[in-house]
Amino acid sequence: MNKDQVLRWLWPLVPILGAVAFISVLLIVFKTHPLDAFRSIQSGAFGDLSKSLSVLAFWVPLLLAASGLLVTFTAGLWNIGVEGQIILGSIAASGIALKVHMPSPTLQVMTEVIAAMAAGAIWAALAAILKTRGKVHEIFGGLALNNLAIILTNYLISGPWQPPEGGTFRGTAPFPENALIPRFAESRFAPLSLVFALVALVIVFVALRGTFWGLKLKALGKNPYSAYLLGVSSEREVILAMVFCGALAGLGGAVRVLSWFDSLRQSISGGIGFLALLVVMLSNYNIYWVPLIAFFFSAVLNGSISLQLRTQLHSALGGIITGILVLFILLFGDKSMLKLLRKEKTLE
Amino acid sequence: MNEAELVRMFSSVILAASPLIIAVCGETLSERAGVVNLSLDGSMLMAAMVAFVIGLKTQNIWFGFLAGAMIGAAFALIVAFGSITLRKSPVAIGFVLTLLGDDLSAFLGQNYTRIPGVAVRHFGIPFLKDIPIVGPIFFNQDGVVYFAYFLILFTWWFLNRTQPGLHLRSSGERPEAAFARGVNVTRVRYWYTLIGGALVGIAGAAYSLDIKVGWSDGHTRGLGWIALAIVIFGGWSPIRGAIGAVLFGATKVLATILQRTFPEVSVVIFNTIPWLLMIFVLLTVGSDITERVITWMPKRLQSPLRRLLRISPPMSLSASVIEE
Amino acid sequence: MQIEIREIRKYFGAVKANDGISMVLEGGKIYGLLGENGAGKSTLMKILSGYQPADSGQILLDGKAVHFDSPAQALKCGIGMLYQEPLDFPPFKIIENYLLGRDRRLRLDYKTVEQELKQYTQKYNFHLDIHAYIDSLSLGERQQLELIRLLAGGAQVLILDEPTTGISGDQKEQLFDSMRKLAREEGKTLILVSHKLDEVQELCDYAFVLRGGKLVGGTEIPCPNEKLVEMMFAQIPPPATRPGVHLSGAALTLVNLSVETYRLAIENINLTIRSGEVFGLAGLEGSGQELFLKACAGLVQPSKGQIYLNGEDITSWSYHRRQAANIAYVAAGRLEAGLIHGLSLTEHIVLSLPKHSFFIDWKSARQLTADRIQKYQVVGSPETRADELSGGNQQRMLFGLLRNPLRLLLLEHPTRGLDVQSANWIWELLLRRREEGTAIVFMSADLDEIIERSDRIAVFSGGKMSGVVEARQTSVDELGHLIGGAL
Repeated sequence: MNKDQVLRWLWPLVPILGAVAFISVLLIVFKTHPLDAFRSIQSGAFGDLSKSLSVLAFWVPLLLAASGLLVTFTAGLWNIGVEGQIILGSIAASGIALKVHMPSPTLQVMTEVIAAMAAGAIWAALAAILKTRGKVHEIFGGLALNNLAIILTNYLISGPWQPPEGGTFRGTAPFPENALIPRFAESRFAPLSLVFALVALVIVFVALRGTFWGLKLKALGKNPYSAYLLGVSSEREVILAMVFCGALAGLGGAVRVLSWFDSLRQSISGGIGFLALLVVMLSNYNIYWVPLIAFFFSAVLNGSISLQLRTQLHSALGGIITGILVLFILLFGDKSMLKLLRKEKTLE
Repeated sequence: MNEAELVRMFSSVILAASPLIIAVCGETLSERAGVVNLSLDGSMLMAAMVAFVIGLKTQNIWFGFLAGAMIGAAFALIVAFGSITLRKSPVAIGFVLTLLGDDLSAFLGQNYTRIPGVAVRHFGIPFLKDIPIVGPIFFNQDGVVYFAYFLILFTWWFLNRTQPGLHLRSSGERPEAAFARGVNVTRVRYWYTLIGGALVGIAGAAYSLDIKVGWSDGHTRGLGWIALAIVIFGGWSPIRGAIGAVLFGATKVLATILQRTFPEVSVVIFNTIPWLLMIFVLLTVGSDITERVITWMPKRLQSPLRRLLRISPPMSLSASVIEE
Repeated sequence: MQIEIREIRKYFGAVKANDGISMVLEGGKIYGLLGENGAGKSTLMKILSGYQPADSGQILLDGKAVHFDSPAQALKCGIGMLYQEPLDFPPFKIIENYLLGRDRRLRLDYKTVEQELKQYTQKYNFHLDIHAYIDSLSLGERQQLELIRLLAGGAQVLILDEPTTGISGDQKEQLFDSMRKLAREEGKTLILVSHKLDEVQELCDYAFVLRGGKLVGGTEIPCPNEKLVEMMFAQIPPPATRPGVHLSGAALTLVNLSVETYRLAIENINLTIRSGEVFGLAGLEGSGQELFLKACAGLVQPSKGQIYLNGEDITSWSYHRRQAANIAYVAAGRLEAGLIHGLSLTEHIVLSLPKHSFFIDWKSARQLTADRIQKYQVVGSPETRADELSGGNQQRMLFGLLRNPLRLLLLEHPTRGLDVQSANWIWELLLRRREEGTAIVFMSADLDEIIERSDRIAVFSGGKMSGVVEARQTSVDELGHLIGGAL
């Protein structure tokens, strides 16, 4: 192997090392030893069983949203509204948990989950219809709907759904135990929710690889006009793809309120929708990588929370780590940067 | 409501619109050159934070604004490098930078939240401020507002009346034809993306040093997206963009009035107004409402009206974030 | 100005677009540069005008070697090129378009330039409203404007790339008059790039012929057409034969059809096209033929009138419903409208099938694709992506995606950009379809193709359709006259 080939093989490491270097500098500026910080993120994520279970519990809704986004990205849609779709799912599940009482816990949870999926799907359909009928790009439609969803949450927890002891902006009263998805031991992790996520991932895999619908979405994503000429109805497929993603995101939202929390809170989604977008972008729209990256991100974010407790550093560090990693890999991940360097060399 | 109150209201609309106008002019420049900088929300947050901190440390607002401009330009540089040189999706880069700017500003600014700092001083323009009604609304403001006025006119003049402005527009419309005329499209795009980014940075700084003095997590969150929507609503024209910015500035005042009229309604609900307005303005642009209105007009007026109201993005805009 | 080209080479991958071309051109003459599509004419001229660099070789102006980094630099040295699609800016005003790159001053000098433009338009007898926008001009007017810009920029050598495609007969005469004037009176060197022999015979003093990236000869004009044809094609292609076909009942009937868009309207078209018939649409680009085809396909809604397919009213049917009723539409842009960048041929075939199951049977789909590839002589495999195919193969693949049988086939420029052999082959495929009763309606910018392939022809001009003429009884001249707008 000559020098060129070695460079080409090792290239993927370069953006990762770049990201690590950037974050190390940031930590040093804030008087924290990078190794300490990374170690404490690691122990924060996997230090004991309950922490590891938290990583799992955070992973589930992230994976659900990311699976849905694989579908919308395939159709060429930037479903930034996924955040709002998660929130609407949380709201709908909370509404059922607070106001409807079913005879059995299974029925109760099922109703909550179905309501959440429906709500997420409706929120996604709104963005889709704004796009197909009103020509409002899904990025802007989705963003507006995200903010409306946040405002709706704040309204509900400070108004109609505020706990009896008086309104704080914090959240609703905790739901009764039988309205929650049964959790493992004392943790926030509900095994059933993991089953949801894995089933969703398999369905997305099959839909995109093996079904005619998946092929239509792929065609639509790559060239809407040609796809139309070949017989693909763009409006129908855009709405279907968005609704599919919205339903999965809504399910993720239900998991947030029914296992991670036990009530509807302010900023209920915790940015999982945006994080899921990063996951799918980093995977380069490749479904095999999605669960792994989602798991890694979940570990980093959970780890940063305990880092904050230990070092008083702002928990936004977790977001910075994931963001920088995605940015570096997005920019330098493939060999186009390498080509650029080589071209400049030959010019000299 | 008496006259003094009305005047105060309108002058606060103008003040609220000014940073948006600056950001819109900046983004208009980069998009007319053919680069979409979607990172506005993140870069404005970072610029606001850095400008506040630098202003505080140096006790000099000029350094604050300068720092804000540099942050905005730095974000724009990443967008330009990624989309022009590396040919990556500007939407993806812009989106990642948006999230990153949000988190970075929260992290780096963690020790500076909710503390007093320096602020832009109020400065009425002699004579002009004494004109009844118009004076107090438009000319009894501060430097940020006057800079916004200047920028609207300058951007329009620059785009439509100068040779470099033609170079800029030609790069955004047909780069291959611009190249044939001796325009260095890559250089032009880099420059105006950077300049546009610097203006966006100044807009961010205007929030933390003037409109909402100070710093807190998510200080300007959402405003970058609103500025991006206004650029589309304004049809890539600085003057129409300014009208859009004033429209959004007015939502704040509208919320105040509504709150006073319906005190029983939760305050939270009024926060929906800018987002509903955003959807509404994009609907008017995207759907065929405008075209339908034009066809009702007398035949003679239709063609000039179409020119005036035409909303068409620069032909080569690097991402189709705009229209179908 | 004397131009000498020495050993110009330009390779695109394995394709040798220019393979060592040398020639000398003198001032005051009009040269023709002939060759079929893909012979390397455009590449050579783009190199000469600074639009792209050569891999190797030299350009000498009056004996001095020059090197251009951009067309602007070439123009400074006196070489200007008029592209088939003028390199102007549709959203700009004429005066802005003219001003761009004219000087280095900050302010735009409208007054001087207005005068200058007026002088030039008078001198060459062009009629341009200098305050209009480019996108309201016809192609011919845009050419005139570009010509003025090049002359004002100091062009001593003018290269015109297929300038008569898509302009009216009057504009063509005007263009040729000014070209003669420029050469004879002003001593400029003119190069006409063309594949139309008549034009070269009419206008030029000397012709160079390229074939397969090499200069294969040159000759004084006039000379016998056969000599040029022999150089262009190596052997003379046999004239296309068209077997007679029995026409059956009406396939497509249009009653008072009108379509309006913001730019153009076609009005009151009454027409019947029978099964098995080939119907050609001639006219300048944007005269209503596309609109006509799209209305028949269901891509635009007519404002008035009815469309009948085999007697059934399909006016309100959507594109997809018409597709299901065996109407097919093939647009001109292959990778823009028809094929999908990044999708494999198998995926294209699956999408094009009329019936679908929920899950895709990839194995039989690949088999089917392999069959189609063979039948339509596409060079590729079922896994090949559409964008990996060459232009001709993409076009063949487009026809391979059509359903069988079809009742009506609507085509935009079915052979644009193809060499003669490929074009003949595609027409063979199409004509086979009409034996199965398919009615074919096609538009083309190539009048020879229209006359050769159609049974009947209609000419569009500014949205109006002329009376229908029999292809056997018309000529290029008659059609050209109709295209100019004399109905």
